Amino acid sequence: MLSIRAFFELAGNLGLFAWRALRRAFVRPYELLVLWQQLAEVGWKSLPLVVSSGFAVGLVLTLHTRTTLIRFGAESYIPTVQSLSFFSDIGPLIVGLLVAGRVGAGIAAKLAGMRVNDEIDAIEAFSLDSFKLLVVPRILACIVALPILTVFIDVAGLAGGFVAEYTSSRISLHLYLARAFSQVGFITFVPPTVKTAVFGFIIALTACWFGYTAKDGSEGVGRAAINSVVLSSLLIIFADVVLVKSIFFLFPGGSV
Amino acid sequence: MSNARVADIALSKVSKTFANRQVLKSVSFDVAPGEALCVMGRSGIGKSVTLKLMIGLLKPDAGNILIQGRNVVGMSEDDLSRTRRQMGFLFQGGALFSQLTVNDNLVLPLERFTKKSRQEIDSMVQTRLEQVGLGNDRYKMPSELSGGMQRRAGLARALILDPHILLADEPTSGLDRITAREIDDLLLQVREKSKTTMVIVTHDSAGARRIGDRVAVLDNGEIVALGTIPELEKDENELVRALVSEEGCYAH
Repeated sequence: MLSIRAFFELAGNLGLFAWRALRRAFVRPYELLVLWQQLAEVGWKSLPLVVSSGFAVGLVLTLHTRTTLIRFGAESYIPTVQSLSFFSDIGPLIVGLLVAGRVGAGIAAKLAGMRVNDEIDAIEAFSLDSFKLLVVPRILACIVALPILTVFIDVAGLAGGFVAEYTSSRISLHLYLARAFSQVGFITFVPPTVKTAVFGFIIALTACWFGYTAKDGSEGVGRAAINSVVLSSLLIIFADVVLVKSIFFLFPGGSV
Repeated sequence: MSNARVADIALSKVSKTFANRQVLKSVSFDVAPGEALCVMGRSGIGKSVTLKLMIGLLKPDAGNILIQGRNVVGMSEDDLSRTRRQMGFLFQGGALFSQLTVNDNLVLPLERFTKKSRQEIDSMVQTRLEQVGLGNDRYKMPSELSGGMQRRAGLARALILDPHILLADEPTSGLDRITAREIDDLLLQVREKSKTTMVIVTHDSAGARRIGDRVAVLDNGEIVALGTIPELEKDENELVRALVSEEGCYAH
């Protein structure tokens, strides 16, 4: 268990790390090629996992809600419930947790490996800014990729929901989509999708911190990956609570 | 032999502590231009830390480190960057960037710090790789190279900007006798050709005998002996005599 002192030390260190990343992000030269590579790594390579998970969760969610809604005679609301729940929180949260596992662990393990193999010191010894080269592009890539992945998981979730509903009621795609999007507006789609940029920041920051500061050889690499996934998952869930509340506060219509 | 005003590297009362363990206690020595100093001592005694302090990868708790007369302690990032460009660092395992080919490992610093054309860069990389015997392995990934080849590629990368000072951290550790001798030959070649100032951390007394003008022996955080091999062979300290003895040659 973390002691209170260790907790505040970690929070302080993460804050300083984030501040350093923010300052370095605006210093030339901009590592656009590395950023592009990281976008491919975080976004493109996560797509199969995100889409298949979204489809499966969407399918299961419809199967579960169907029995409940039928009991209340609200069968026709199944697509609406599906889209609202997916767009407003299930999609963003699942994307955050999936990427924390896949990408966060990968980033932490990669940087920790570079640290214990002296690659980071080698970069610094060449007068290259290891922070700008390794940390900043990963943070930016996660911030950009998460909202995009969220759109994909939303679509996949709806597709899963449609398949489940079609097998039960033979609903047409046109009717399903019309009902699904009947209650979807700016507030139910845009703020929840954009909030995943914060999840991306949390994932990359945590993973980079544990990787960049790793020690103790190969054991340290494993520890960095595990700690990164555990802490970023927890932070995502806590951040989600705060962000949902903030969205309700900023866009009162969303809480209805 | 050396004088602080003309020394390429001068450490003055440098101390460093890690987690309540004082690794270096007021260490002072200097290295003259073109000189090769070997640093020997038992494992975990602070030899690599000394090298990392010289290039500013670590900061000392006390003392000054002068590189060509400029103190790297408290130096601004820009100044430290400029100073580092005068130095090459050969890490223990080569520390090649694992996601880049050998070629790209060498091209990266040239692209960042020189204004040379693509053709010039290609030619410089090829020359360096041929010098270390890796002319045919240019487009291999580091994982495809043996330990000795990685060390040689690391040396080529450390030398790619023609540094005035080369710091080498155990360049032959873990290598077989023949490969270790090849690495030593390369260091000798570089030294003879470019008059590069060298600080080499090593456990290998044969290498130290061949390359080093002087040897510094580090024990309990202090320099317990500093001199030529013949001088150290007569030292009163048994550890010093044991470290530089010929029996310790290529004892891996």
